[in-house]
Amino acid sequence: MTKFCSERIAKYAFEYAYLNNRKTVTAVHKANIMKLADGLFLESCRQVATKYPSIKYNEIIVDNCCMQLVSKPEQFNVMVTPNLYGNLVANTAAGIAGGTGVMPGGNVGADHAVFEQGASAGNVGNEKLLEQKKANPVALLLSSAMMLRHLQFPSFADRLETAVKRVISDGKYMTKDLGGASTTQEVVDAVIATLH
Amino acid sequence: MATTRSIPLLKRLIGKQPSRSVTYMHRPGAGSPRPDGSPRQVTLIPGDGIGPLVTNAVEQVMEAMHAPVYFEKFEVHGNMKKFPEEVLDSIRRNKVCIKGGLATPMGGGVSSLNVFLRKELDLYASLVNCFNMKGLPTRHENVDIVVIRENTEGEYAGLEHEVVPGVVESLKVITKFCSERIASYAFEYAYLNNRKKVTAVHKANIMKLADGLFLEACREVAQKHPDIQYNEIIVDNCCMQLVSRPEQFDVMVTPNLYGNLVANTAAGICGGTGVMPGGNVGAEHAVFEQGASAGNVGKESMVKKKTANPVALLLSSAMMLRHLQFPSFADRLENAVQRVILDGKVRTKDLGGSNTTQDVVDAVIKALG
Repeated sequence: MTKFCSERIAKYAFEYAYLNNRKTVTAVHKANIMKLADGLFLESCRQVATKYPSIKYNEIIVDNCCMQLVSKPEQFNVMVTPNLYGNLVANTAAGIAGGTGVMPGGNVGADHAVFEQGASAGNVGNEKLLEQKKANPVALLLSSAMMLRHLQFPSFADRLETAVKRVISDGKYMTKDLGGASTTQEVVDAVIATLH
Repeated sequence: MATTRSIPLLKRLIGKQPSRSVTYMHRPGAGSPRPDGSPRQVTLIPGDGIGPLVTNAVEQVMEAMHAPVYFEKFEVHGNMKKFPEEVLDSIRRNKVCIKGGLATPMGGGVSSLNVFLRKELDLYASLVNCFNMKGLPTRHENVDIVVIRENTEGEYAGLEHEVVPGVVESLKVITKFCSERIASYAFEYAYLNNRKKVTAVHKANIMKLADGLFLEACREVAQKHPDIQYNEIIVDNCCMQLVSRPEQFDVMVTPNLYGNLVANTAAGICGGTGVMPGGNVGAEHAVFEQGASAGNVGKESMVKKKTANPVALLLSSAMMLRHLQFPSFADRLENAVQRVILDGKVRTKDLGGSNTTQDVVDAVIKALG
């Protein structure tokens, strides 16, 4: 755990909240046990928080956080976490909201950005999904919309997101993880049809 | 009393038992002081925050049942520099302890006394039973998960140091010895409690050596129990499965940190940390406390208004009664608590009601019959 990395991730979180009109940033930690390591992370978050007085900042211990996520997830807004807790919190939150097949996300650095499926990005699915071609493309489609915004093509991004959201809300073409029986290609065709 | 001879019995009795239909034939004298004149004692540590409130609930209910348990009470607080030696002696003598949480200061150099107690007495297995209770509807049904968590090493080894200002290293220690014994405990528990499956939770794709060692130990032990299904799941996928299909899990064995998070998530799914029972057990001692988030001492407002939920500690004290080989008292207590939850009329705030701790205790005492 370094001060340098903790500071820059805290800065990114607060900048994100500021630029996207988010009201609260919550730091997730276990500083009661890992006092030095997570303590350092918390200090960095607190320092950065003082520079953004209009954004609410609070802290939550990771085990209580997991429990709150499954009982009252609506209380959370932006959450900033160290590496391992973030993996678990992201997967739990993705599961609550519909699964890792629909949540968009990406990785960003000072010079580059890599967009991939939101949670469980390293997951390559099981054999069956591959053979029957039933993987859910929604997550990567929404991530590609984020990519279009990143490349400064907001109207294309809006069109894509609206199309995907309409396909989901229609409910006719959904892959197995969302309770349907369509293949990947059918969902893609539905999105393309909705684009026009 | 936990002797080496009675360890298998001890471990079986710690688990959740179905209600019995045969009368329990006790050993003569079990209901009265032991032949050498010393009463059957249990160390009681009220703790901080809501601790005194919920341990007092246990005391009241035990009194009402005339349970043959005598509490030796000690004041311990989280801000003490070290755990008082006399309390440790008492636990070593009595072998069984029931406690509330001890507040742990954040940051600084003072380490958690809850963790200290577990390490000092080598309580290497932490067990939390998360299950749906009748009368407490939750998003998922048919959930009955037992999380068995390694309690002494892993991320909680407490080995941190500042290399240079601004850079901290934290060591996660996993040993073959500890991994093997926690895996053995998990499989024994499954075997003795008629459980079908044990799932190992890990992140060996990233922490190849540490979690790899844990997995190897689990696999070795699994081979010795061929009639129990064994599978493995990566911890992030596990979290997601827990919130979408928790009914697939049965017994879960995990290293220290993942166990903490998995237990809390599972507890949240089944109704919250206010209702799930659990405890810590080692080869010679057992300490019963609230199942998940055992170190949690609640909020100021809960302490002032006395609205902490005593159900978790009451159910843990029922597990303790079974451990002490008083199954019929344990059954009475569990049935009373379950009836109060089923009725739904008296509930604390975390379950959606507005009653105080004392209201719930009175309702349980009335339901004891």
